[in-house]
Amino acid sequence: MTVRDVIEGRVWVLGDDVDTDGIIGGKYLTIIDPEELKKHVFEIALPEFAAGARPGDIVVAGENFGCGSSREHAPQALRAIGVGAIVADSFARIFYRNSINLGIPTIEAKGVRAIFEKGDPARIEMRAGRVANARSGASVAFPPLPHHLLELLEVGGLVEKVRRELDRRRSAGRAVP
Amino acid sequence: MSGASGAGQTLAEKVLARAGGLDRVVPGQIVEGQVDLAMMHEQGAQTVGPFHQMGAEKVWDPERVVIAIDHWVPASTEGAAVLHRILRKFAAEMQLPHFYDVGNHGICHQILAENGWVVPGDLAVGTDSHTNMLGAMGALAAGIGPTEMAAVLALGQLWLKVPPTIQVRVRGRLGPGVTAKDLVLRILGEIKTTGATYKAIEYAGPTIEGLSMPERFTICNMTTEMGAKAGMVAPDQTTFDYLAPIAKHAMHPLRPDADAAYERILEIDVDGMPPMVACPYSPDNVRPLPEVAREHVKVDQVFLGSCTNARIEDLREGARLMKGHRVAPGVRFIVSPASTKIYEQCLKEGIIETFTEAGAVFTNSSCSACFGGNMGILAPEEACASSSNRNFPGRMGAKLARIYLLSPAATVAAAIRGELADPREMM
Ligand code: SF4
Repeated sequence: MTVRDVIEGRVWVLGDDVDTDGIIGGKYLTIIDPEELKKHVFEIALPEFAAGARPGDIVVAGENFGCGSSREHAPQALRAIGVGAIVADSFARIFYRNSINLGIPTIEAKGVRAIFEKGDPARIEMRAGRVANARSGASVAFPPLPHHLLELLEVGGLVEKVRRELDRRRSAGRAVP
Repeated sequence: MSGASGAGQTLAEKVLARAGGLDRVVPGQIVEGQVDLAMMHEQGAQTVGPFHQMGAEKVWDPERVVIAIDHWVPASTEGAAVLHRILRKFAAEMQLPHFYDVGNHGICHQILAENGWVVPGDLAVGTDSHTNMLGAMGALAAGIGPTEMAAVLALGQLWLKVPPTIQVRVRGRLGPGVTAKDLVLRILGEIKTTGATYKAIEYAGPTIEGLSMPERFTICNMTTEMGAKAGMVAPDQTTFDYLAPIAKHAMHPLRPDADAAYERILEIDVDGMPPMVACPYSPDNVRPLPEVAREHVKVDQVFLGSCTNARIEDLREGARLMKGHRVAPGVRFIVSPASTKIYEQCLKEGIIETFTEAGAVFTNSSCSACFGGNMGILAPEEACASSSNRNFPGRMGAKLARIYLLSPAATVAAAIRGELADPREMM
């Protein structure tokens, strides 16, 4: 996934403090295949999501989204669904890092939860730092992502970024671990 | 509560400056940090794929990598067996010598602690959120995901944003039957689960200085529940004495400056503080235990275990209370030591016998009932008194099961009474 400047999609809405147990339960943690994982995403927090979500849909949530464990299964399952972006009033730190590292546009926008209802069309402008509800016209601003994170999203995530870095070191004749 | 705005550096800032090879850093700055120790548990199986996709061929420093399987030990499902096999194969291929496999196993954080893998001044990362526990060594220890771990294994580095620091200053004496766990629950009740997101917490003050290393581990462990990047205690003689016989690499003892700039200082006085309990469904839903006990909260299961509170000191204290009592009828009491070493110690001290005779189940060392994916799983509407660290819906099984987080002594009191009880009444 390479980040676009404007991301549009249909919205699913979740509340505050959706923790990683609510995204992917402990009983699924031995599953490695993301296609299998995605069947169980939000089983506790939003049970109708797994069957109803389409690629490009946008997840909107309240405060502290993704709190709890470090499990990358949570953003992996959302990436397997093909979510276009995750926008929340605030994120837990490991979820935020994992999600960006996987190349998912992950945006902290204070007040975003309040301007959306399920199914609303959202429009996100990454560089301008604005997320709008195309039905109601309401919008909130957010601080655009720092340069190095936008860069990470642009190359498609951390795997690709490190791959390029290792290549660069090899061709520069520098020691590669 | 107040802020301090000195020109000095906090402990987190000093450790990150060292990791980045810089003289000083300021909150918000992004640092490329050199990693001193990388730890993986079963989630590390997901590191292997991205590591190869990155085109990495070798691990940056096999002497700085620890693998400790703990969630499903011995493997309790076919899926877990596959995760273990992936890690064993990767460790063999990459010649990673420090693999704590079945028989020499324990909860990953305890393995790091009791073997001296993290020392003062270190930047340590692990594929588990409670890696924060190792901040008790005067290190900055943080959880990361498996893809990020792949980058760390390939490069030995990761980017970190320097967090602002909250200092928690604790004074006063913990009374009999009131423990470090009660103290950290009290702090959680004030800071809340989002109060320290992206921040570092520095625990300081005379009460903290008087705590043993195991008690400091318990406090730093639950920093994770406050959303923090790190929970730290400045190293002192207690730290050095603990690490002297076991430290795996050189220490760089760093201490915060007296005029360090804290975002906020939270003062806590523990004189007269009762035991505490975190009620469903959040670790910050904290109330005094005597008040909750008056509501006669019946329990179906009791769990004395997890990286928060299953060290030898915790199990000794539990066994001392248990002796001469029986587990209440209808209650399932599960006791799981945090490592094989602790298990052996329990065997020598007769602790296994005490619990078993009382009607408890004393299990092999693992995460056990802590996370609802291995054993000791709760049915809907059941209640559990637990010495672990999380009580979100579904954490130990059914979404509607209720989990109460308590000190080890208070879990034993609940096992004896069959309902939440103040352990001081049994001492
Ligand atoms: S004991 Fe519980 S909190 Fe600790 S590492 Fe294991 S599952 Fe996580």
